[in-house]
Amino acid sequence: MSILETQNLTHVYSRGTPFEKVAVDNVSLSVDEGELLGIIGHTGSGKSTFIQHLNGLLKPTAGKVLFQGRDIHASKDALRAVRFGVGLVFQYPEYQLFEETVFQDVSFGPKNMGLGEDEIRERVYEAAAFVGVGRELMEVSPLELSGGQKRRVAIAGVIAMRPRVLILDEPTAGLDPAGRESILENISQFQRETGAAVVLISHSMDDIARFAQRLIVLHEGRLVMDGTPAQVFDRANELKDMGLTVPMATEIALALRARGVELPESVYTTKYLRKLLTALREGGGPC
Amino acid sequence: MDNPIIQLENVSYAYPDAEAPALSGVSLEIARRSFVAVLGHNGSGKSTLAKCLNAIVVPQSGRVLVNGLDTADEDKLLDVRRTVGMVFQNPDNQIVASVVEDDVAFAPENLGVPPTEIRARVDEALRRVGMYGYRLHAPHLLSGGQKQRVAIAGVLAMQPQCIVLDEPTAMLDPVGRREVLSAVRDLRRHSGMTVVLITHHMEECVYADRLIVMEKGRVAMDGAPREVFPRVEELRALGLTVPETVNLLHQLREAGWDLPLDALTVEDCASKIAELIVS
Amino acid sequence: MLKDITLGQYFPGNTVVHRLDPRTKLLWLLGYIVALFLAKNIWGYALMLGVLITESALAKIKPKTLLSGLKPLIFIVIFTAVVNLFYGTGEPLWQWWILKITAEGIRKAVFMALRIMLLVCGTFLLTYTTSPLQLTDGLERLLGPLKKLRVPVQELAMMMSIALRFIPTLIEETDKIMSAQKARGASFDTGKLSERAKALLPLLVPLFVSAFRRADELATAMECRCYSGGEGRTRMKQLVYRRRDLVTGIVMVLILASAIVLRTV
Repeated sequence: MSILETQNLTHVYSRGTPFEKVAVDNVSLSVDEGELLGIIGHTGSGKSTFIQHLNGLLKPTAGKVLFQGRDIHASKDALRAVRFGVGLVFQYPEYQLFEETVFQDVSFGPKNMGLGEDEIRERVYEAAAFVGVGRELMEVSPLELSGGQKRRVAIAGVIAMRPRVLILDEPTAGLDPAGRESILENISQFQRETGAAVVLISHSMDDIARFAQRLIVLHEGRLVMDGTPAQVFDRANELKDMGLTVPMATEIALALRARGVELPESVYTTKYLRKLLTALREGGGPC
Repeated sequence: MDNPIIQLENVSYAYPDAEAPALSGVSLEIARRSFVAVLGHNGSGKSTLAKCLNAIVVPQSGRVLVNGLDTADEDKLLDVRRTVGMVFQNPDNQIVASVVEDDVAFAPENLGVPPTEIRARVDEALRRVGMYGYRLHAPHLLSGGQKQRVAIAGVLAMQPQCIVLDEPTAMLDPVGRREVLSAVRDLRRHSGMTVVLITHHMEECVYADRLIVMEKGRVAMDGAPREVFPRVEELRALGLTVPETVNLLHQLREAGWDLPLDALTVEDCASKIAELIVS
Repeated sequence: MLKDITLGQYFPGNTVVHRLDPRTKLLWLLGYIVALFLAKNIWGYALMLGVLITESALAKIKPKTLLSGLKPLIFIVIFTAVVNLFYGTGEPLWQWWILKITAEGIRKAVFMALRIMLLVCGTFLLTYTTSPLQLTDGLERLLGPLKKLRVPVQELAMMMSIALRFIPTLIEETDKIMSAQKARGASFDTGKLSERAKALLPLLVPLFVSAFRRADELATAMECRCYSGGEGRTRMKQLVYRRRDLVTGIVMVLILASAIVLRTV
């Protein structure tokens, strides 16, 4: 079941000026309820512009965005519904924190939804728990937290709206390996437990290969690939031609194939590669 | 070590209000013309270490010597700073001017270099990082990787003997990261400059001559990448990941394969595995 | 969108106007303003309009670009015109209660509106054709003599050029924070004035925090590149007066002379 859908979405910046630029070009995509969708594309591929359409921050030049089957720009109510129904976490979201305490900051979204105090409290605690922010931090100023904690609080601020779709733009940028791992775990847990769909944008192919169930690739504003990670990374050479990287495991598999080791093309995690190699060796080698 | 460019002698430093010191009793020497990578998770003290190298941070005890000059000596501050140049994480916050070449000229202008020589230094520095074609562009319209290369050129124009890069790729996309790393490697190759690269990306350390791993303000490991990376378990315990190549080799070894752990690059790693399977 | 602001923007080019020494252009603007305020009849304004048109043609700046820069100021122009309209003395052409319009009032209104527009367009021509750095450089040199009075001219120029450098960065950042807060249901353009003022907090607080962080990092980066005040600095780009600057100067003197003569017509 599709929860969020774009139909022939096109966005043109600075129309009619010499700076005119087609940022998103006729993209039709459907996000299914509860899935974890990864978006790949290098800087300037239009992915930031694209995701800002998904919660109505930008208005398409042409085409439509449907949330739960309804055109989001059809009415004010529809637009309001998508603002809260589709949560968008921007890059470096910690820079948007502004309240005096963590609790107040996380409750900003629910407050704007017009919820009652008890409901807000419940949601704030729930959201904080999802991202691993403890109760003892609730009354602390967000400015006193470490970089990683700030990032978590900012994500909680969006989760507290209980969105049906959570979109995260580079949620692990600039974090150290331990921080990356733990935030990705939190997000995946949120997806599993709430049944919300998650759209994850990441430059780290290794992360995306491990967490996403489905991948789309944007290139020069167009949707050029859509499939399972195996299907997408199968086309490693095309990805490389677009200036994208592939997971390290795929790189190693490609190098092994070049050396005559017979591996299937769709290797994208180290775990799977190890399995294949072990099987190959126990099977008595290739040929 | 023979005539090191930088010496740290029992250096300790704690930020005001901090519970634990950022550096406690660090002693090390950095050899001339070496490429040293400093690794560690956030809060391990690696950034503070970097800031000690050109007197942004002056140790509370112990001392740092740059070319034999004590960084605590305020009269020698400019000498220290022009010897050890610094590139920071956020490219936006280190570019001063609205035109690329004017920004690169900033340091030599501060040093009172004559105009014609500044021009020559600026052009040379921009060529070295491959940004000469962009010399008249506005920095805010460049990509992250390009901005960071401008920042590197800005330091090169100062003609330092050592360049310290504090997580220069943390805010960049993969393309930008590649651009910056290849610029850094070129520096080393073509000018024999001493390079200190602070990072938490393991892959970036593969080309270093020496790897220093920081933990809780101390040096936890110190050696060539080929010696450090194989210590997979210890690195994990420090909150660091090893490159996927090493990870795979490690997993296969656990399964009883006879593989070395120091095949760091994809090509090396594939060759070693292929040898075992194809033979 | 904030990005559409053209105020103070620089349009790179290689026309003779672009190539003039910034000091010449600054002095030119000064002369232009004086001449503009000397104008008191239709001939005076015609002269200044002619000067502006010639200047923008030489700089290859389209009239449309110049006029679009006026947009944010349209209210002030109209307001001034209306105020002047009712302040004329002499025979009323039309009167209602204490409001009266006189021929003198209409004349004043038109001239005042024209004066503001010419003033703004003339200033825009300077910023459109001079890079911010050249501009601050020019100012620094022109104000150089003030150094003797212990005015920190170099430091002020440095501050100005850094401010100019960070304007686009901060505009971009403002856009980003606004989008992020909108994504959490904030609205910046509805509600009563008091509510709107309150709604600005989620924008202003992060902006200030970030500005301080940037300032701190930039200061460190500048120190690392051996900045220690204006003392002893040299400059890569030396400003040199050329023949075209001399010609420009003579033209301005002639314009000023004409402006004085035209007052007596």
